[in-house]
Amino acid sequence: MPANGAPTKITQGSHTKGGIGESTLRPDGTLKVTGEFAYSSDMWHEDMLWGQILRSTVAHAEIVSIDTSEALALPGVYAVMTYDDLPTEVKHYGLEIQDTPVLAHGKVRHHGEPVAIVAADHPETARRAAAKIKVDYRELPVVTDERTALAPDAVLVHEHRDDHHIGHVPHPNIVHRQPIVRGDAAAAAARADVIVRGEYTFGMQDQAFLGPESGLAVPEEDGGVHLYIATQWLHSDLRQIAPVLGLPEKKVRMTLAGVGGAFGGREDLSMQIHACLLALRTGKPVKIVYNRFESFFGHVHRHPAKLTYEHGATRDGKLTHVKCRIVLDGGAYASASPAVVGNASSLGVGPYVVDDVDIEAIALYTNNPPCGAMRGFGAVQACFAYEAQMDKLARELGLDPVEFRQRNAMEQGTLMPTGQPVDSPAPVAELLRRVKAMPLPPERQWESSEGADVRQLPGGLSNTTHGEGVVRGIGYAVGIKNVGFSEGFDDYSTAKVRMEVIAGEPVATVHTAMAEVGQGGVTVHAQIARSELGVSRVTIHPADTQVGSAGSTSASRQTYVTGGAVKNACELVRERVLEIGRRKFGSYHPAWATAELLLEGGKVVTDGGEALADLVDVLEGEAVEVEEEWRHRPTEAFDLRTGQGNGHVQYSFAAHRAVVEVDTELGLVKVIELACAQDVGKALNPLSVIGQIQGGTTQGLGVAVMEEIIVDPKTAKVRNPSFTDYLIPTILDTPTIPVDVLELADEHAPYGLRGIGEAPTLSSTPAVLAAIRNATGLELNRTPVRPEHLTGTA
Amino acid sequence: MDFLRPASWEEALAAKAEHPTAVPIAGGTDVMVEINFDHRRPEYLLDLNRVGELHEWEAGEDTVRLGASVPYTAIMERLRAELPGLALAAHTVASPQIRNRGGVGGNLGTASPAGDAHPALLAAGAEVEVASAARGTRMIPIDAFYTGVKRNALQPDELIRAVHIAKADGPQQYSKVGTRNAMVIAVCAFGLALHPATRTVRTGIGSAAPTPVRATAAEEFLNAALEEGGFWDNGKIITPSAVKRFADLCAAACNPIDDVRGTAGYRRHAIGVLARRTLTWTWESYRDARRTTEGAA
Repeated sequence: MPANGAPTKITQGSHTKGGIGESTLRPDGTLKVTGEFAYSSDMWHEDMLWGQILRSTVAHAEIVSIDTSEALALPGVYAVMTYDDLPTEVKHYGLEIQDTPVLAHGKVRHHGEPVAIVAADHPETARRAAAKIKVDYRELPVVTDERTALAPDAVLVHEHRDDHHIGHVPHPNIVHRQPIVRGDAAAAAARADVIVRGEYTFGMQDQAFLGPESGLAVPEEDGGVHLYIATQWLHSDLRQIAPVLGLPEKKVRMTLAGVGGAFGGREDLSMQIHACLLALRTGKPVKIVYNRFESFFGHVHRHPAKLTYEHGATRDGKLTHVKCRIVLDGGAYASASPAVVGNASSLGVGPYVVDDVDIEAIALYTNNPPCGAMRGFGAVQACFAYEAQMDKLARELGLDPVEFRQRNAMEQGTLMPTGQPVDSPAPVAELLRRVKAMPLPPERQWESSEGADVRQLPGGLSNTTHGEGVVRGIGYAVGIKNVGFSEGFDDYSTAKVRMEVIAGEPVATVHTAMAEVGQGGVTVHAQIARSELGVSRVTIHPADTQVGSAGSTSASRQTYVTGGAVKNACELVRERVLEIGRRKFGSYHPAWATAELLLEGGKVVTDGGEALADLVDVLEGEAVEVEEEWRHRPTEAFDLRTGQGNGHVQYSFAAHRAVVEVDTELGLVKVIELACAQDVGKALNPLSVIGQIQGGTTQGLGVAVMEEIIVDPKTAKVRNPSFTDYLIPTILDTPTIPVDVLELADEHAPYGLRGIGEAPTLSSTPAVLAAIRNATGLELNRTPVRPEHLTGTA
Repeated sequence: MDFLRPASWEEALAAKAEHPTAVPIAGGTDVMVEINFDHRRPEYLLDLNRVGELHEWEAGEDTVRLGASVPYTAIMERLRAELPGLALAAHTVASPQIRNRGGVGGNLGTASPAGDAHPALLAAGAEVEVASAARGTRMIPIDAFYTGVKRNALQPDELIRAVHIAKADGPQQYSKVGTRNAMVIAVCAFGLALHPATRTVRTGIGSAAPTPVRATAAEEFLNAALEEGGFWDNGKIITPSAVKRFADLCAAACNPIDDVRGTAGYRRHAIGVLARRTLTWTWESYRDARRTTEGAA
């Protein structure tokens, strides 16, 4: 075992080109930038039909009647289905709680809920047919926030709950509640010299992936169906789809289609069941592609949140206690809300040492759009609030905000509020030191001999300032994210690895069900196989359900867990290859029996570097194949009253420094630089690591200054479901992002690696907010910040 | 939906006369969005892309006759000197791809209060050249062109041929507020042009009223103040109180709404700030130019 904090030695194959630690290029990279990559929306099948979904135009209503006759009469229409046409008794689905109707039954609970589905021979015909379905709604009062959800006479979003959370929640409009209590926060508060309180609001962010929900369902001769689909987890989809269709899982074959981004928005089902139902009903292949407008209704969003915090500290800058209450709006259906509550509560204090905590997190059922998984998953909302609190405290104490954080920074061995020790490196103070030490971008970069270069100023080419009103601000933040599925979930992954000789060369084939959504798993799996098996040629088999589950491409877990499964399967293959070698050639050289043997450069070599045989000769006439599940350390559920328990697998840390220029008169912001330092344990592909960190940082910037789904509080209807009014950062909004990567090994993880995809999304937002506060002196307790908030015109 | 493809301007006018409900399409940057979102399903689309002269412009002695389909990219790159305000506005239109396709004719045809070109056209003082098969050509002053939310002064059988814009006789500025630094629909926009030849100032406000509007009271106040103080001749810095009064009157000319892009209060506030800044920039340029001229003389 390597010492903690030291880079882990690679056990095998470190000399094979294209192995781990190298920045090998993505196999799909060129295709994607040249527009040649086939995304799920590009699929086509002879004789296929187009599916269309009719969605509710109101947020909460009884369905009095549905009349499909005019739609059915339209030439070119093959099928129209409503709830009454569902083939089995299973008519609901859901990740954890099966509360989501496949098609609305008697009631709709949010704006844009699927009510009916249509298949036609042309997408436009399908759209027109859907528009001809007459739905008579009787509107009901809407539940939109904590007040309307928890009032004594509140309308219940779900009248007849029988899920496993109903027993411990104080109100049926609460999906799940998780308190975390450690020490005695009330007593500790008495020791505090300074106490700060704050109420914070986090807006509803969308994943805004570029490839809309889409898939193709092809009926098969055995009465089953083959679904080609863009998703994050094939086997989770399969588990939810098959019962609704009334088919055994083996008759629902699934193949991953080209995925255009996910960020959590493809963890829940979208059009999967609808396409399969229509294909089985019509006997024809059915393709469904959402347009951008529908996509905003077709997937869950990040939970908006209200967070109330109290922090205390002694005069010498040590935290005494934290009390907080986090209210997440889960919308109409549960989706991932219970797990988001677990994260928000257990990570609610941040990467700090605090012995006395009193935390409560809840998720509400409302008639707002359903919310669920998105990059950062509950930890994002909390980080925005606790980092604002840390700045407030530092100011009250007259301490530098970085210095104050460092005095309270957790390290290896610190106990989480859950009582779980952090048992791998936690370089929180060091990450802060590194971002602070980076050189600052020069001041007033817009000044030139030819006047102001507006591209360097807030507003850019919109030409709103030539320097007037512009003030620079600097802010810092750091965050903590869990890696992998927590709270006792059996978070395994499966890999099948085959090694054989093809055309005179040893070739490894890696087959997993891992969803490549852009994270780079396909690149990393090949690198692992090269390093472990000493071959240069690796084929990545398309992801499908012909191999065991790879778990979800989420929670920063795939390189850790499916990467771990590939590594494990490769090691088993290697042993089998060496056995064959010993059997065939053992008698020719004593080292076969005595030396430590490795596979490198297409050969079996001793640890002393002596080549014993070519893999081509060893594998002559024999292929080796292993399919094996792999698990990380088990976790435990959090106690429902105290929140105590070893709930998480691993933690991931990142820190940011934001430099902004704010036009204080117009309230416009230009983020000039977002420096990031992150510990990644081991960078399996350094270029991918930088890409993930820059992408996560930018997504955090988006929700700091522009990204928000706006829901009308009176009607619970979405007001901006398009990229015209849901703004995401353009390249001109994206700052320079210098990245400092630390590699401190986690001895429990494969190669010492740490999941990296989410941590940079956490601290980016509060760092930008802190910088804007620094520039304006305003309190700014909500994100995103809009110009109105900076100019007193909200 | 029928797709009409006239090969010449005369054919286009004849088609429009025959099918007055036909929706003209050139760059398609507005029309196609509406069709894709199914907000609009016209019976006929009238494709003007084969009418070559719509893509041309002529710079005369005093005015530029800008074909309705001249793309924003050309305005930015080729007409900076003649039409500085409109060139700045063109810079703020969407993305490079859309600027390569979209032109001022489309902005005028749609007549959205958020169209980027409108404040610059109002400030420069433009005339819209429209024509019909039955009645020939007529000129509509820009001040009379915008008649309501997404409504303009065109008759059903008329098409927009060109815009005639006076060549800049003084400094012009254009500023647009959006909530990101590129590719954004205006929360509000402001155009300002100094016309030393007539000793007048003209303004244009976008996205802050049901139609694009001028801040007439602000213009009148400033024209009087400049005249009274002899500013056009002495080139002195305009007093801060006059600048503030002008900015306040521009803000007061707004009649904005609250929507997902911004509040009415913010729009009014921002127009005041933009009015102050653009007046300061243009007046500074005017003084610089005057000093240079005097120095040369």
